[in-house]
Amino acid sequence: MKKKTKLTPYLYVIPGLVMVLGFVYIPIIVNLVYSFFRLSSYSTSMKFVGLDNFRRLFTNDTFPIMMRNNIYYCVISLIVQVGFGTFLAFLLESKLLGNRFKSICRNIYFIPALVSLTAVGLMFNFIYNPQLGLLNTFLKHVGLANLQQTWLGDKNLAIFCIIAMSQWQFTGYITLLMVVAFQNVSTDYIEAAIIDGAGPVRRALNIVLPLAKEQLLVCSIITVIGAFKLFTEVYSTTVGGPGNSSQVLGLFLYQNAFLHDDMGMAAATGVLIFIITVTASIFQLKISHSGEV
Amino acid sequence: MTDNYTMKHMVLKVVLHVFLLFLVAVILFPVCWLVLNSLKTNQEMFLNSLALPKQWMFVNYATAWGKGLLAYFKNSIIVSAISISCILLLSSMLAYGLTRFNLPGGGFIFFLILGGMALSEQVALVPLYKILQAVKLYNTRAALVLPYVAFRIPFTMFLMRSYFISIPKELEEAAIVDGCNSLQRFVKIILPISKPVLASCAIVNLNHVWNEFLFANVFLENKKLMTIPLGLMTFQGDLKSDYVVMLAGILISSLPMVLLFLCMSKQFVRGLTAGAVKG
Repeated sequence: MKKKTKLTPYLYVIPGLVMVLGFVYIPIIVNLVYSFFRLSSYSTSMKFVGLDNFRRLFTNDTFPIMMRNNIYYCVISLIVQVGFGTFLAFLLESKLLGNRFKSICRNIYFIPALVSLTAVGLMFNFIYNPQLGLLNTFLKHVGLANLQQTWLGDKNLAIFCIIAMSQWQFTGYITLLMVVAFQNVSTDYIEAAIIDGAGPVRRALNIVLPLAKEQLLVCSIITVIGAFKLFTEVYSTTVGGPGNSSQVLGLFLYQNAFLHDDMGMAAATGVLIFIITVTASIFQLKISHSGEV
Repeated sequence: MTDNYTMKHMVLKVVLHVFLLFLVAVILFPVCWLVLNSLKTNQEMFLNSLALPKQWMFVNYATAWGKGLLAYFKNSIIVSAISISCILLLSSMLAYGLTRFNLPGGGFIFFLILGGMALSEQVALVPLYKILQAVKLYNTRAALVLPYVAFRIPFTMFLMRSYFISIPKELEEAAIVDGCNSLQRFVKIILPISKPVLASCAIVNLNHVWNEFLFANVFLENKKLMTIPLGLMTFQGDLKSDYVVMLAGILISSLPMVLLFLCMSKQFVRGLTAGAVKG
């Protein structure tokens, strides 16, 4: 009887634990091991090469390009999605707006985040299409034909076109998260500030923002992690081109593993992504703990 | 003085409305353009993509549906249904086990699962591919379901755990007096009370699984098993220059999640925000 009650709790925990260990932790540890070997997808033979995969990764011609692209994506997303998204959340909480109007706007801004990355990528292939796309046709109609571009086909513009697409898709997501955070700020503080004569802008900056600071930081870190996991957006639009101009870490990993059959190099890229995203996550955990009690 | 104030107030109100409506247009204008062109012929789209269609080609939608979308939808529904059921079952069991018994090592297990949230799919991609091939699951539905479930458990467990902690212990104590064992208490008391959090978890995970591309792209090559995001990419290759049908396909495939959100936005928002604060 006593023995039974001691073992049953584990029966609830074990199935889920085994899944997470087996399909999340073990692959990630194996990936670390792979990064020190040369291996192919067709054979089981592995050759130990030490840090050679990392040397080849860091000295690769595309390495600076993709780091730059991931960083562009990260910085612009922080400014637009987190910065402007939070500003938008403030506006949506304004007392000058009717409740119905607010919630309709908020929902419309959020809707692109519900569409799959592939569908959005394919849609923007049409929008950016130089011959029949929305952008060039629109520019022609308003008499700005000289501003027409090849967009995704231009090596200087391609990555920015992809970044712009992501801002379109995800700014409303951050806005929604921030709106909820602002609504959770106790009205007592705000009423006290009103009595003290603080105007709406001062209330927002001095009262509401500091109290929603934790959510703001979490949004920033989600955005940073997302920027270094970037893959589908590029895969469904430029596939890294023209040339390697819109190459990013996630796509480089994929192409090495499944096109160039260089799984060791892919694994080394994986380790780099792992280091960047885990560092950001640890930072996030620290913050959300400090905020809790 | 007051006139001046109300005047300023009015101007501010108008500016704010105009600005927010402008942003609504930024979101909706491209979508309307896509819908408009999905109802044209290819020729008309090439001629002027901003013009209204001469004849509304609703048949494009039927063509897209017939050219394989139906099968992709079926696959997505099967994969999502199995994945969501497993995610909810395993995560609720975990949360129950970790909150209701003083497990030795429970804290460590909790931390281990929680740590899974920080790990990204890309990093596991190459080894998972090799493992799935070795156990002969590559190119089966299980090749998607297993990683989906494993990668979504940490987030879901965390959401459920905080909900389970808030359920008063008295409810279960009464059941213990009545002679219910832990499984009966889990099924008859905890799960029914947790319906709201189960709904939130289901819907947020559905959004993730339904739209997932990376794993689907690498672990499947059989066209008969492809889910919608992967199907759309192959669709593009198959249709080549039949743009209008392609557009119809993209739009049909995006509709289910949007409709679901419009019907269940409360559960959606709760799941997303709780998840983001914690994880």
